[in-house]
Amino acid sequence: MSRTTFFEVEVLDGRTRQQLCFLDKVEPHATIGEIKSLFHKSYQQLYPARQDLKLDPKGKSLRDDDVLQNLPVGTTATIYFKDLGPQVGWTMVFLAEYLGPLFIYLLFYFRAPYIYSHQDVFTSSPYSVVTLACACHTCHYIKRLIEAIFVHRFSHGTMPLRTIVRNCVYYWAFSAWLAFYINHPLYTPPSYGDMQVNYALAIFVLCELGNFSIHVALNNLKAEGGPKCRRFPHPTKNPFTWLFFFVSCPNYTYEVGAWASFSVMTQCLPVALFTFLAFIQMTIWAKGKHKTYSREFKDYPQLRMPIIPLLL
Amino acid sequence: MSAPAMGTTKTAHSDVAPKKKRGPGALATAYLVIYNVVMTAGWLVIAVGLVRAYLARGSYHGLYYSIEKPLKFFQTGALLEVSGIVPSSVVLTGFQVLSRVFLTWAVTHSVREVQNEDSVLLFVSAWTITEIIRYSFYTFSLLNHLPYLVKWARYTFFLVLYPMGVTGELLTVYAALPYVQKTGLYSVTLPNKYNFSFDYHTFLILTMVSYIPLFPQLYFHMMRQRKKVLCHVEEYKTE
Repeated sequence: MSRTTFFEVEVLDGRTRQQLCFLDKVEPHATIGEIKSLFHKSYQQLYPARQDLKLDPKGKSLRDDDVLQNLPVGTTATIYFKDLGPQVGWTMVFLAEYLGPLFIYLLFYFRAPYIYSHQDVFTSSPYSVVTLACACHTCHYIKRLIEAIFVHRFSHGTMPLRTIVRNCVYYWAFSAWLAFYINHPLYTPPSYGDMQVNYALAIFVLCELGNFSIHVALNNLKAEGGPKCRRFPHPTKNPFTWLFFFVSCPNYTYEVGAWASFSVMTQCLPVALFTFLAFIQMTIWAKGKHKTYSREFKDYPQLRMPIIPLLL
Repeated sequence: MSAPAMGTTKTAHSDVAPKKKRGPGALATAYLVIYNVVMTAGWLVIAVGLVRAYLARGSYHGLYYSIEKPLKFFQTGALLEVSGIVPSSVVLTGFQVLSRVFLTWAVTHSVREVQNEDSVLLFVSAWTITEIIRYSFYTFSLLNHLPYLVKWARYTFFLVLYPMGVTGELLTVYAALPYVQKTGLYSVTLPNKYNFSFDYHTFLILTMVSYIPLFPQLYFHMMRQRKKVLCHVEEYKTE
């Protein structure tokens, strides 16, 4: 004779404290994710990814895998709701952010109409470095797309729409700006000629391979451990991962390296500016990640810096 | 018969008015008081300079030259405010200071031909009155002796001074455009070694356009602040 105490869940708006939904006969082992699905039934627009549920309006958000009976609530649980706004899945996010620059750059490379002057439409540059730059840029974004689809595993399911629009505008506008100069009829090739281009290209390729290796390593880490098992990344047999001896986020290090070498290869100031801004943003992320690792793991290597070996 | 859920305690502990927030320490307060007194004095000097020059010349024309140096000094000095110690939004203050400094140096100073324009006098007067009131407001606030008149002035004069200043600024930038285009001031053209170009003329036009979304936001922000600050006090006084 099983005696299951059913729970009652009332969902209140976090701001107005109005009751939005009352769920009765909720199983004690129901997860927050399941509650979100139940809530969704009453509010068609508010799919689960858009819901932010908390026990305290000013507290931490509840996770989808939290179980109702394990939470500090009585048999009538009061949960506060906040609308996170329209959400987009991560894969879509990356597709939007990376397909844009990919195609936009090609528009400039092929000198589509209305960009440069009329007589330059569909002409091509006499400089090999311009074609090389196009190949590098294109490969960079193809690699990113492949990683987004096949390699990355994401801890959160979605991202708010507003953020994506902002990110896309930034990536798309910047790639248009730098593509404009590299593919311009008045483009000036690098001062030190082929030597400069070739050295920069070599470093670019190494950094791209390095970045890819790190992404694979991070991904394997998540695969082995699963979301609950927390381990920090280590150098592996792959020489590119040996950067883990020196930095917490070698993927960012390699990314900066790739863009820096691209700047040198094209000798283009807008590219250098993009690299600089990317460096600042990635340093912020790397420092955050480094802090998280240091706090969480007592045996975290002292030698490691966030992004630049021995320096930053 | 169920126990109340733990997440429903309704103590409004974080809804207390921001006045109770801990202010800066004694040393920082002293520094801030000195800073604000100096700035108030500086802008008073500019105000006096304008009046005296007007009385001496008998016309509004060309008054810029009589206060050029103190204007540059004290407006640029306001960059110290962007450090974040002063109790106002860093983003809004920073933005305002940067745009003022931009107008002072990159437009008025750089394009000599606009220095005689009446629009310059328009924004300089607006800035002068605004800053005198604003810095005295900060000074008195820091000393915890804020006369209602100063608070009222700070949150009321802007209603006229903001549009006045913006008009002066926009007219000045507009006046500078032909000279910038003719001389190619601060502009870089292709081809060059670093494959970069910058057209200051276009940049100035974009700056003017940016006033359209930005100015209303700042203006309405101040109006909301006005409602909050002045109406709140009145409620307090009538109780």
